Amino acid sequence: MGFERFGSKSFTSQAKVAEFVDYLDKGEVAYTKCRTCSQAYFPPRADCANCLGNDMEWVAIKGNGTIVTFTHTMYAPTGFEAEAPYTIVVAEFGDIKVLGRMNKSVPVESLSVGMAVKVEVVKLPDGQVTYEFLPA
Amino acid sequence: MPKDVAVIGVGQSAFVRGYQGSIRELAFEAFREAMQDAAISVKDVGASVVCSAPEYDKQRTPSGLIAEYLGLNPQPTFIVENVCSSSTSGIRVAYGLIKSGLHDVVVVLGFQKMSEISSADSQERMGRGADIMFESPFGTLMPAYYAMHARGHFAKYGTTEEDLALIRVKAASYGVLNEKAVYRKAVTLEQAMEAGPVCSPLKVFDCCANADGASCVIMASADKAKEICKEPVYILGLGAATAPMNVTGRTTFAGLDCAKLAADEAYEMAGVGPQDIDVAEVHDCFTIAEMMAYEMLGFAEPGKGPELIRNRETYKDGKIPVNVDGGLLSKGHPIGATGGSQVRTIVLQLRNKAGAIQVPGAEIGLVHNIGGVGIYGNVIIFGR
Ligand SMILES: [Zn+2]
Repeated sequence: MGFERFGSKSFTSQAKVAEFVDYLDKGEVAYTKCRTCSQAYFPPRADCANCLGNDMEWVAIKGNGTIVTFTHTMYAPTGFEAEAPYTIVVAEFGDIKVLGRMNKSVPVESLSVGMAVKVEVVKLPDGQVTYEFLPA
Repeated sequence: MPKDVAVIGVGQSAFVRGYQGSIRELAFEAFREAMQDAAISVKDVGASVVCSAPEYDKQRTPSGLIAEYLGLNPQPTFIVENVCSSSTSGIRVAYGLIKSGLHDVVVVLGFQKMSEISSADSQERMGRGADIMFESPFGTLMPAYYAMHARGHFAKYGTTEEDLALIRVKAASYGVLNEKAVYRKAVTLEQAMEAGPVCSPLKVFDCCANADGASCVIMASADKAKEICKEPVYILGLGAATAPMNVTGRTTFAGLDCAKLAADEAYEMAGVGPQDIDVAEVHDCFTIAEMMAYEMLGFAEPGKGPELIRNRETYKDGKIPVNVDGGLLSKGHPIGATGGSQVRTIVLQLRNKAGAIQVPGAEIGLVHNIGGVGIYGNVIIFGR
């Protein structure tokens, strides 16, 4: 339990990495890193595909990332219609890439590949918790 | 150049919006045409491989029902699902069944009745075609992923929205000629450029049409093919690869790694290169998908794909004709049926029976079929 609180609509409730949501509650977007082989994972994983280990530590994303790509969608899947239009972004933070949305107040015309962004936790009114990007 | 497995029959239903029949009847349309083309009876068939993305089906375990309706009991049947690339994955499975000697003749039947479920249900499923833990909660959808690849290609190579529009203009010019296509109207460059936005930079005409449809490819061992088929078309090479479903695990947004790997493998097995391909069917679910295919398949150097379409080199009379049947963009994209339909077009081309879209003297053809946004990549090379 716990993972159902991730995002405006989650499709998963039970996950070994549900601690991700606890970190969001604390204001941090975190990823996992294998203590055995140092492989970093976002999305966070409970198991290391590199060494087959499961001794993972949580590390919060710090500092700025850069936009790898983005799109502004006019359409949304069922359950997200009221939120459209919105901008989906993939941003790179060192070893990891993160997919999420851009803050709604940021016009898509102001975005470009390579632009610096930061990631911030967003607490939604219904108790759900997620994150979004903002220009750094 | 191996010539161990041949295609001996191909068939396809019309691709339509809102098919007025059941999935079994839809499947039978393609099956009947392929069986008549192969001129064999159900007793000659050793097994069937049924290809569908079952999230669109109300019927649970559809392979059983389809095998029954095709008259293919008591032969074994298998369902193969790799979303949009299901039927070329089915062909890979059939290739293994035949090459191993388990079966002499295998029917690969792909179908999808996308209208089987409501538009709202369909939209709901669309949102789950990605990593449901870490992508779907952001409201991601297929066009958004291809749009992010378009943005990646634009940023890296300077590709423009007009370059993509030119691909749609080409597809539509051939869709007009294809009586089995769902979209049979021409599209002008102005129409494509002025169409409403979907997911920037993709607009309405950059996206393929949903459709209901079925395809059927009948395959046989070379020995069996020589015995019963006048015009066998051989599988010379096939390649398949995967890439992380969650796009944060991808190395690039300017191409699809799985397609490149699959192509390299298929070329090596066939002992041919991109310059040897006379006609190709590529997975153009979105215009950017065809643009990336030019480069992943080696028809153009990375970043030079736009020059191919600007110079009309992928038209029927160009250097490398691509999707001269209208492609997914105009023909329609009934998920499980799509790859088999691409194979049909290439087989007809290599038999010199493609009618108005015939590429004169075509001897080697290629099919590139992608599942999801580059999760699964299949490339198959055919020759006479
Ligand atoms: Zn490890």
